Amino acid sequence: MSDTPAPTAPIHAPAGVGMLRGARTFPEAARQALGDPQLRHNLGHATATIREKRANVVAEVADWAELRNAGEAIKSATMATLDEQLIRLEHQVTAAGGVVHWASDADSANEIVARLVRETGSREVVKVKSMATQEIGLNDALAQAGIDAYETDLAELIVQLGGDLPSHILVPAIHRNRAEIRNLFLRAIPDIDPGLTDDPRALAAAARRHLRQRFLAAKVAVSGANFAVAETGTLCVVESEGNGRMCLTLPDTLITVMGIEKVVPSWRDLEVFLQLLPRSSTGERMNPYTSLWTGAHRGDGPRAVHLVLLDNGRTSVLADQVGRDALNCIRCSACLNVCPVYQRTGGHAYGSVYPGPIGAILSPQLTGIEHNASLPYASTLCGACYDVCPVKIDIPSILVHLRAQDVEVKRARRDVPTPESVAMAAAAWTMTDDRRWSRAQRSSRLARLVGRRRDKARGLIRSLPGPLAAWTVARDAPRPPAQTFREWWARERSSDGQRR
Amino acid sequence: MPRRPRVALFVTCLVDTLFPDVGKATVAVLERLGCEVVFPVKQTCCGQAHINTGYHRDAVGLVRKFVTTFEDFDAIVAPSGSCIGSIRHQHSMIAEKAGDGGLAARARAVGTRAFELSEYLVDQLGVTDVGAAYPHTVAYHPTCHSLRALGVGERPLALLRSVRGLQLIELPNGDQCCGFGGTFAVKNADTSVAMLTDKMTDVLSTGAEVCAASDSSCLMHIGGGLSRLQAGVRTVHLAEILAATEDAAP
Amino acid sequence: MTAREATLARIRAAIGDAPSVPAIPRDYRVRGDLEAGAAASLFAQRAAEYRAAVHHTGLDGVPALIATILASAGDTRAVVPTGLPADWLAEVPSSVLVYTDDGGMTTEDLDAVDVVVTGCAVAIAETGTVVLDGAPDQGRRVITLLPDHHICVVSVDRIVATVPEGLHRLDPTRPLTMISGPSATSDIELTRVEGVHGPRNLDVIIATAG
Repeated sequence: MSDTPAPTAPIHAPAGVGMLRGARTFPEAARQALGDPQLRHNLGHATATIREKRANVVAEVADWAELRNAGEAIKSATMATLDEQLIRLEHQVTAAGGVVHWASDADSANEIVARLVRETGSREVVKVKSMATQEIGLNDALAQAGIDAYETDLAELIVQLGGDLPSHILVPAIHRNRAEIRNLFLRAIPDIDPGLTDDPRALAAAARRHLRQRFLAAKVAVSGANFAVAETGTLCVVESEGNGRMCLTLPDTLITVMGIEKVVPSWRDLEVFLQLLPRSSTGERMNPYTSLWTGAHRGDGPRAVHLVLLDNGRTSVLADQVGRDALNCIRCSACLNVCPVYQRTGGHAYGSVYPGPIGAILSPQLTGIEHNASLPYASTLCGACYDVCPVKIDIPSILVHLRAQDVEVKRARRDVPTPESVAMAAAAWTMTDDRRWSRAQRSSRLARLVGRRRDKARGLIRSLPGPLAAWTVARDAPRPPAQTFREWWARERSSDGQRR
Repeated sequence: MPRRPRVALFVTCLVDTLFPDVGKATVAVLERLGCEVVFPVKQTCCGQAHINTGYHRDAVGLVRKFVTTFEDFDAIVAPSGSCIGSIRHQHSMIAEKAGDGGLAARARAVGTRAFELSEYLVDQLGVTDVGAAYPHTVAYHPTCHSLRALGVGERPLALLRSVRGLQLIELPNGDQCCGFGGTFAVKNADTSVAMLTDKMTDVLSTGAEVCAASDSSCLMHIGGGLSRLQAGVRTVHLAEILAATEDAAP
Repeated sequence: MTAREATLARIRAAIGDAPSVPAIPRDYRVRGDLEAGAAASLFAQRAAEYRAAVHHTGLDGVPALIATILASAGDTRAVVPTGLPADWLAEVPSSVLVYTDDGGMTTEDLDAVDVVVTGCAVAIAETGTVVLDGAPDQGRRVITLLPDHHICVVSVDRIVATVPEGLHRLDPTRPLTMISGPSATSDIELTRVEGVHGPRNLDVIIATAG
């Protein structure tokens, strides 16, 4: 007999559906990525380009700090009143002729979308790039229901044609360079011009030709939403290529799947986010196209408009008073582009549709820490992510918070003692008492004893035992001094600081 | 005449154990500038490694130890941006989490009086020329916690520019992390080494004799890599450069 | 219990009884300190930086300019919304077929059209953005999407300096499209290239009254 959880108990994103859990730990997956020099080169080039663009367009905004403060406050205020905001949103969307659906998890959202598509009689949908539908594995679920889903964003198209996985929030094919994309198009797009070059303009034109008829014939579109305004019921999609406009305008039926945290209270709030997002994301003053719609507009665009509100673990994030700030994310991906870890490992190493620093705090909270236990450690805590975050999410602090959660979960499961937990406890015991500490310093001379292979001539330690062996793979360990600082002080100075 | 500033040195466990010369240099600089330096012998470790590795319960005793040892001093100086960052930004959180609001308040108060060396010299003493001489070419790595957690900005560079004979060479991509990250260097050793490799490439591209920083942990990592390469570039702590004089150039 | 009730219950349990709701600091810039002329020239510069072709004329020069742009693009089939000022097309030669979309044109019809001519609701100088709101001089959204060439007439009194000023002038219940330059993508190596699914050519005519 299984216990049915109370309806108010937090639920995590279910396993076996969607893309929030990697098959390998971060260090294992990273090792493979680090061994791919082409990937390193593609990522290094792309992230350096976007970092510079972002820095330039942010520097020209005199009130950037004020906009960040406002963005942070709007998001925090939204989360503190999330139930009210969603009810207002539902009311306004419904009043404007839309239909609102609620989905507790990925499976339920997938079922709702599949049912809505089936009810139209169509067997295919065109899709606007959407993190939420990637998160829940909607394309696979639709395929199982006999419905073909076609990605229309260029990068998503590249990923889909290649049977690949997205590796970046904004540019899911960032791991591919132009030559690889050309080869993929030649292989995967029927009737393609065999003389196709790897000029990005030519590649974009090829995508335009490939998708044109698909757009014109589409009966159903699926989108995400960047923002939803509770006050007015207005949904907002921010994009560049026009594939979003095609999907939002041409079909008869539009189904929008949106995480519940995407709501903002008032119309006025968009004046903040429509400044923060494009500059942080693509490094533009404004993205080429932003579409805003409120329910169904008579004589303009889809006649049937649906909104699916997705939880899938978000309420369990909300329940964590420190971790909940991860819900404030507006998916700009600036934190990925500045992250020294992401730049070298790429997005696949994170095993989730949400890679990089934001993924390292979001994925473990959505799934429960035990399913993504290695992610909070995939950071040096350098703080570059916090600096660029347009809504000031203190990612390093949340990483540290989640590491503590991981330690506590392991303690509760009695996975500890591990060698690490023993070492940490021993070090803490030693260092809470200065006499124990100075005795430990003296008696061990730390690395002197553990150093197995020493470069005697230079006094360097070339190899350490146990977990510390990872240190000496590529670095020498320092030569322990003959005398610690405190020994020197005791010999040189009296306790009042005067020279003896 | 104003009283000599009295400074409690928090030498940090790493400097105490492995890099005592950095501690001695810190004392030398502060005393040259007229400070009375005190070394509270009951000090041990700020607990940063425990905190950042998730062992928050184990860290409570270390926070209490630090606060108790240092709370009677008006100014606490450490030759480490990351330890000061932990003291200022994490200690009160650890105490709150343990349900000890009193300790948290004391930790917050101590945090406001704890300074990284360059902060103390430039902001509290109002000095950029510390009377040092160091006839070498130097590339300065600003270190992440000094740069971002503390926001020390130009202070270390201002100090270095005033050192006689020193030629400062800009380190490309200086604001990029070196890949140390405490236990990150061991838990994610491959990524750490990839970051280190790029940092060393940037250091070597400057042609400088010396790579300097104000955190011995990052220097241990960068220096360990440069040493393995036998690259011929030395890693030196900011305090050691500021302590060097024409009489006693290292 | 429905999914709706369950989700709302989980939210309430998560945020607790007395969540603290921060006040929103709105001390960011809302109004730009630009005179009308300066706003228009900033708009022109910013729109041009995103590869829109920008033209300046008096209102009475609009018909001639539109005719010139159509001719140089070689456009032979045009679509306009029902409320476009009739005189704007007065100088278009009869060799150009002009459709007026009253909502009846199919997507195939529109796909076969070369160019669309519209007005706009608002233009935002700092970002080089024009905003369409489906008013009679702008039409339904699809007509500015399928043709490969969009000519947008921006009357200077529609130009504001900042994003907040722009949004303030808009009615959120209308279908809105904000356009900043032609269709573009940065999906290949994060290098921006113009021209994907939306109109690949955008001409902006800044029209001064009188």
